[in-house]
Amino acid sequence: MRILSLAGRRLAASIPTLVLILIGVFLLLQLAPGDTVDAMMAQMGGGDAATARELRHFYGLDLSIPLQLANYLWRLVRLDLGFSSIYGKPVATVILERLPPTLLLMTASLSFAFFFGLLFGVFAARRVNKWPDTLISTLGLVFYATPSFWFGLMAIVVFSIYLQWLPPGGFEDIGNVHTGLSRMLDIAGHLVLPTLTLGLIFLAIYLRIMRASMLEVLNLDFVRTARAKGLDETHVITRHVLRNALLPMVTLIGLQAGTMLGGSVVVESVFSLPGLGRLAYESVVQRDLNTLLGIVFVSALLVIAVNFIVDLLYARLDPRISAEG
Amino acid sequence: MDLNRFEISRRTALLTSAAIAANVANPLRAFAQETPRKGGVFNVHYGAEQRQLNPSLQASTGVYIIGGKIQENLVDLDAAGKPVGVLAESWDASPDGKTITFKLRKGITWHDGKPFTSADVEFTAMQMWKKILNYGSTLQLFLTAVDTPDPQTAIFRYERPMPLNLLLRALPDLGYVSPKHLYESGGDIRQNPNNLAPIGTGPFKFVKYERGQYIIADRNPDYWRPNAPYLDRIVWKVITDRAAAAAQMEAGELHYSPFSGLTISDMARLSKDKRFIVSTKGNEGNARTNTIEFNFRRKELSDIRVRRAIAHAINVPFFIYNFLGDFARLGTGPIPSTSTDFYPGANTPQYPYDKAKATALLDEAGFKPGAGGQRFSIRLLPAPWGEDISLWSTFVQQSLSEVGIPVDIVRNDGGGFLKQVYDEHAFDLATGWHQYRNDPAVSTTVWYRSGQPKGAPWTNQWGWEDAKVDKTIDDAATEIDPAKRKALYAEFVTEVNTELPVWMPIEQLFVSVLSAKARNHSNTPRWGSASWYDLWLSA
Repeated sequence: MRILSLAGRRLAASIPTLVLILIGVFLLLQLAPGDTVDAMMAQMGGGDAATARELRHFYGLDLSIPLQLANYLWRLVRLDLGFSSIYGKPVATVILERLPPTLLLMTASLSFAFFFGLLFGVFAARRVNKWPDTLISTLGLVFYATPSFWFGLMAIVVFSIYLQWLPPGGFEDIGNVHTGLSRMLDIAGHLVLPTLTLGLIFLAIYLRIMRASMLEVLNLDFVRTARAKGLDETHVITRHVLRNALLPMVTLIGLQAGTMLGGSVVVESVFSLPGLGRLAYESVVQRDLNTLLGIVFVSALLVIAVNFIVDLLYARLDPRISAEG
Repeated sequence: MDLNRFEISRRTALLTSAAIAANVANPLRAFAQETPRKGGVFNVHYGAEQRQLNPSLQASTGVYIIGGKIQENLVDLDAAGKPVGVLAESWDASPDGKTITFKLRKGITWHDGKPFTSADVEFTAMQMWKKILNYGSTLQLFLTAVDTPDPQTAIFRYERPMPLNLLLRALPDLGYVSPKHLYESGGDIRQNPNNLAPIGTGPFKFVKYERGQYIIADRNPDYWRPNAPYLDRIVWKVITDRAAAAAQMEAGELHYSPFSGLTISDMARLSKDKRFIVSTKGNEGNARTNTIEFNFRRKELSDIRVRRAIAHAINVPFFIYNFLGDFARLGTGPIPSTSTDFYPGANTPQYPYDKAKATALLDEAGFKPGAGGQRFSIRLLPAPWGEDISLWSTFVQQSLSEVGIPVDIVRNDGGGFLKQVYDEHAFDLATGWHQYRNDPAVSTTVWYRSGQPKGAPWTNQWGWEDAKVDKTIDDAATEIDPAKRKALYAEFVTEVNTELPVWMPIEQLFVSVLSAKARNHSNTPRWGSASWYDLWLSA
């Protein structure tokens, strides 16, 4: 019950945040010069003023800004995300089509970064200031400092152009229609390079956090007690140290779910993945306000959901947290 | 400038085919290898998705590259750049230029099996070209009706004389026909679902559009040209990142990157690779000119001496040689040299690099250098369409600072640029591309004709007015004698190069990057937009 009430309060607190974010983005985009009709004209390579006027009326852009915002929020209350002017479809449909690649990419990268970050972090902490630690920490620094688009392009050059092991882009093979398991494998193959590209920078962060928090916990009194009790080292690490050292890692997942959506814009562009990140970029360039707000809405929901799960995990890892709440 | 890289790449292309032939020991087999091969999938780089795939509604290369394979135009251009019939077999104009009759080809069916008739032409012309199509609404402004006495005849009736040559040069881009039976049922034509799943008469049938990923079209087995098309399928892959597209090209996942879709450095790199053909050939119909547009609302810029000084202050050959490589050459005005019908030559007023003359002109205009050697400062808005515009704007900035005019560059994305330049007029100088579309009346004179409504992109928004130029433009648009038209446009170029409301000092053609396996490619001046019925891939 405690966990549920904690969860309920968390969710209720996020609704005003969500509304504020949406209004903020709406107003921010008004500051950008030009609207969706200007963007459309740029794409067409010309058109006359009468056509532009007609199109503005069609998209409701001739209304005042507060009226447009009010219309939007009213539609949102009725769970209608509106109509995308780029795609000519309901925004909800467009987002649903683009969600799977981004979700897959995020989940894969997060799992990859979390798992290997944890592994390397523990390993480095166990051999602190010896050569494995130095090596791992240096690599971590390199991953952290390298821009992900460069990583992506280099990965394509090495693995796709020279070695020809993995496809250089796309979400799945268009030439051959795969079904069932072979389709899953095909998509997995296409996701290897993007996952590595997006995951490496997060891996570097997890590695450093894990190493630091392991070192901290290893010096605490209860570890000394456990060792004094005569527990073997593996037992001490897995049962006592790891569980406590994991807390900051879990915090980070929650914080980074949002960052990852941002990072996926770059990775999705480099690997031509049809995801939410690229859709968001396109809708800014094309001034498709409805789609952009829809994406902000869905991403905010995603981040809220991830944080919610993190909160639950927290309570599981450290019972004091739910007890205090 | 002296070294011409696209010539080299054309040479490389020839050498490559020679090398392929030489690899085969038996010359007969080498010959056999060059007979067209049926089958194969042609993968095309698609840089920016459109909201629209129907070329009867939107005239832009981004639409033709897909829609132009599925739908067909009445007329296209042949290898020599002359109009050649596609859906139209022949044409004829009345002596007064007010009636133009098209005889249509028999036995053509739409992809859904319905016959193609003059009713489709009538509907498309009156409802789409005249009302919705960008550039089309200007071209067909005086079209009053299209008569259809029989299914194979369409008679275009104009209120004012329509030069046959103008119409024939405009129709390759502005003459795509849509099926009446799928659009007439009422409802907004712009929102018709067929706009994103086009039905046409062309060599390829639309199959699937997966947003953000790919578009597929398959061979039309009932195509009217015998033995065509050769390819089984065309796939357009959506790749927005230029570097990623170059990598996919190298990995063999793409056969064609059209319209300068890769970065200048990648194109230069791939041109040295035997597997690729990097060339401007096949893009002669899509000439573009880099511009400097002067806002006449700014007192300093309304002075002709200042405009001339600015033109003289920029070392254009140096810029072309060092930044654009050999993908560009010196321009001479609004009609590019690729326009064999209208190019007036280079003996119109020109503004070669001459810093001393520039400073003298500025001094003479009364803008003497003040504190720190500065005369007055201006805002420059570069259009975001291409790498070259960005480089060019920086070069203009540096060149002008040397004659005492500091330049503040304000960068925008596409929508922002159009809004600020064409609607709010919030610029002093703007730089972008002027795209020439076969006939000055289609694309060019609108940049100079005064009285353009506020907000209309790519028109005269400089606040410049000249009654003489306006008259020349209007006369040329309805002059039906081709020789007289050409003379009028030569006069037009001389006038605008003298007055300089817009300076167009660099001529460029788009660069195509193609796999060396492609055959029958780049064989028309608008090949990227053409239907590719004869394109095939060697094994």
